[in-house]
Amino acid sequence: MISFILIILASIFFTGIIIRTKSIVTGRKGPGIFQPVKDVIRLWKKGAVYSKTTSFIFQIAPSIYFASVLMAIMVVPFGQYKGIISFEGDFVFFAYVLALGKFFSIISALDTGSSFEGMGASREALYSMFAEPAFFILMGSFALLTGKTSFQEIFASLHFGSSISYILGVLATFVLAMITMVENSRMPIDDPKTHLELTMVHEVMILDNSGFDLGMILYATNLKFAMYGALIANLFMGSFPLYLTIPIFFGIQILFAIAVGLLESFTARFRMNHNAQYIFVLSSVSLLIFFGVLLMLGRFN
Amino acid sequence: MMMTITYFSIVAAGILLIPFIRVKWKGIITVSVVIVNAVLAGWLAVKVLTGKQFDFIFYGTPVTGDIAVRIDALSGWFILLINFTLVTGALYGLQYMKSYRKQSSNITIHCIAYLLTQSMLTIICVVQNALVFLFAWETMALSVAMLILFEHYKPDTIKAGINYIIQSHLCIVFLSLGFIWVASRTNSYDFNAISNFSSTLSSFASMALFLCFFIGFAFKAGFVPFHTWLPYAHPAAPSHISGVMSGVVIKIGIYGILRMILLIKTDYTLLGFIILFISIVSGVYGVMLAILQHNLKKLLAYHSIENIGIIGIGIGLGTIGIGTNNLLLTTLGFAGGMLHVLNHSLFKSLLFYGAGNVYQATHTMNIEHLGGIVKRMPHTSILFLVAALAICGLPPLNGFVSEFLIYSGLFNGLKTGNMVSMLSLLISVFGLVIIGGLALLCFTKAFGAVFLGNSRHHFPHPPTESSAGKLIPMYMVMGLILAIGLCPNFFLGMLSEPLKLFTDKLSLSAEAAYTVTNTGYTMMYIGWCSTGLIVLTGIIFFIRKKITAQKSVAITPTWSCGYVGNTAKMQYSASSFVRTYRKLAEPLLSIYKKKKEIKGIFPRDGWRETHPYDIVEEWLIDIPLKQIKYFLGKFRFLQNGMIQMYTLYGIVFIILVLGLPFLYGAIKSLIEFLNQL
Repeated sequence: MISFILIILASIFFTGIIIRTKSIVTGRKGPGIFQPVKDVIRLWKKGAVYSKTTSFIFQIAPSIYFASVLMAIMVVPFGQYKGIISFEGDFVFFAYVLALGKFFSIISALDTGSSFEGMGASREALYSMFAEPAFFILMGSFALLTGKTSFQEIFASLHFGSSISYILGVLATFVLAMITMVENSRMPIDDPKTHLELTMVHEVMILDNSGFDLGMILYATNLKFAMYGALIANLFMGSFPLYLTIPIFFGIQILFAIAVGLLESFTARFRMNHNAQYIFVLSSVSLLIFFGVLLMLGRFN
Repeated sequence: MMMTITYFSIVAAGILLIPFIRVKWKGIITVSVVIVNAVLAGWLAVKVLTGKQFDFIFYGTPVTGDIAVRIDALSGWFILLINFTLVTGALYGLQYMKSYRKQSSNITIHCIAYLLTQSMLTIICVVQNALVFLFAWETMALSVAMLILFEHYKPDTIKAGINYIIQSHLCIVFLSLGFIWVASRTNSYDFNAISNFSSTLSSFASMALFLCFFIGFAFKAGFVPFHTWLPYAHPAAPSHISGVMSGVVIKIGIYGILRMILLIKTDYTLLGFIILFISIVSGVYGVMLAILQHNLKKLLAYHSIENIGIIGIGIGLGTIGIGTNNLLLTTLGFAGGMLHVLNHSLFKSLLFYGAGNVYQATHTMNIEHLGGIVKRMPHTSILFLVAALAICGLPPLNGFVSEFLIYSGLFNGLKTGNMVSMLSLLISVFGLVIIGGLALLCFTKAFGAVFLGNSRHHFPHPPTESSAGKLIPMYMVMGLILAIGLCPNFFLGMLSEPLKLFTDKLSLSAEAAYTVTNTGYTMMYIGWCSTGLIVLTGIIFFIRKKITAQKSVAITPTWSCGYVGNTAKMQYSASSFVRTYRKLAEPLLSIYKKKKEIKGIFPRDGWRETHPYDIVEEWLIDIPLKQIKYFLGKFRFLQNGMIQMYTLYGIVFIILVLGLPFLYGAIKSLIEFLNQL
């Protein structure tokens, strides 16, 4: 329960911090950190425009997408405290529930019959497919390391002892951070600020969404950021008491947001046709983690 | 005993009755016989699944010896799922075949073949006598061939049918080899002889025996590289037959493999790894090719190969569990595999029925020509969507449950074992995730291109929704899909008896039993989560509806950068949707492309075509065939059309036949003479 509330709280300022960081780096004043949420609330109050090509799929898809993200957040634990949902193998549920949301966002893009949105949908489907193995191998390595198969048990019994484990921590953070960027269609993979439909991935999929639906989709992005931030924070919380973990949680969320902002300020988007290969490399990084775990457990024989 | 007589007299009565009645009644009689027999067999199966066991010995003929009929829980599980899909298939087929009523004699054969398929599939599940088993297997294979060949006047169908017949006989060759091996050593056709015989063999020989059966059954199940008949047979058959074939006929191969795992004693760990490896290859290869298909039914056929792969991963995992004496692994692996057999039979038949509706409304299966059907056929679209979600393994539907069990097995297996087993399990996780991701790409393509957007083709008759007669069996299947998704622990409970057959092979400890009960608990939890997900979606949708009710809503054309012309042709096509993927996968597959580029100042029309082809088929079937043809072509001079030469061949042949004994005698006496020297 505690993780759910804290992630919702973090989601309110997360994208704000990213935008703020980017504006400071580029020497602008920039909006306040609550601006993205204010935008969402403004969208929630608006009416909607629907394409005449669309069907009921387009109407229900944003709700299912939003529900899937909320459901995934419920699975995320908070250090030693369970999430609302917790069972053995819950990270499989986590990944598949997010995939359900993705399925619907893709078919809702195809529902508009637009060539742009089809293009974005095609890219999104391919990229998320390539990002998935990295996450599973990462969780598999942790399951091997801790002997547990649920998020909460894994994170609660994960502790850093030897020097290898620090490297593993760094690598795991890297993998999770990059998965976040892929899943949220952010900088090295996709540029959310581009103005050309042909170069967009996620933004072009939601061209025809408006009003309440668009608000939900945008807010789901904030939630997803905070959710992955929480996963990264979980790597470092261990079994500390609450008065330590809550500051750690917010500290890591803010640090992560600033890092994303800096990354977006100083890197350019990759070439579209090389993205798939790049994302696939994440799996090999996860494989490194797996071998690191084997090394730690002394199973190389 | 009474059951068997009743069962067969109903089938026989049906078969004898069908040729002599009016076309309208043929279908109805078939459906009622199918239902009655399904109820009979299902009643027995339920009894078996609740813990009973039937064991009869029939006094057979002098040729076959005693015919043993043993109905255990494994048979029960398969009988139940086979008969369910056969019933929905018959109900759906009743409406589907209405448009073929003019072909009266054709329909007669079709109905008889359908009844034979049902009874033979049931017999295969229960009979444990090698000869009777092979007889039933052959009858089943031939009656399915008759079902495929319904539209025999189409050249493609004939080709597919012959391909199927040849490959199913290859399957029988391997099965016969295995049975002959056992029978020649033990003088018994009873399946128990296999079990006794294999325990006397060395581990290498018993592995060879198993692989002999495995290859035979793999032809039927469609494991790569024995799958090449599948993508031809499925599109050629009428849709309800494709559904039945993909749903249950190929599953009988899985039944055979499971039965052999129970019977043959061998090195289970090694066997598990072999099955695991073949399954991962099948799974990934199947879905990789599925994405590229342009024919909706062919796409679904390749997905059958993928799902057989997933089932195989479960079975392989369970077999490793038996080998390493790990109860949790055995339970999770076989439970996942067997549940996926049921799940796949449900969503795949539903997908094929959906494809059948689309075909009868539009008369095309080319994905590139379809589009926008969701507005004309809403029921079919929803049903297809549910099945597509289920086949991608997404919660809250049934595909997720079985894939989750297999995932749990894999992650639990990771914790034990040595380096090699850990790495191969990790590769399996990787394979399963890739399969899931590619399936998502494939079904967003299929659903998006067929049902969504605008129509890409002008149809002389606009497609209309199918009749209730077709939709009702489809909704029945959908109901079961949802039921498994929402209360998986009930269906896992039904599997407890079949699982016992496998776990009995282990030596158990009390601690292990605890972890298994934990799995049941997890399943219940997943059921609740799935319900929660649906409720949450409902709540959010309700809130959205409440809030947006008073807001203004405008209907406009889709945003296309200000262009307002004919946007239907500008839609993203199915091929372009998977173009990036195709570029990446091209080195691994064999794809033939033809194109005409747009050139010059006044360009004429350009076009491009891609023809995905099966690289396994190319290397294992086409190239050897070509070489055999080349070799045999060398002897073509013999067939020169001169009647004199043919007479000469005849005379040479007769002389040889008559002369051989003399020649033999001469050589023999020569050798004797030489020996005496």
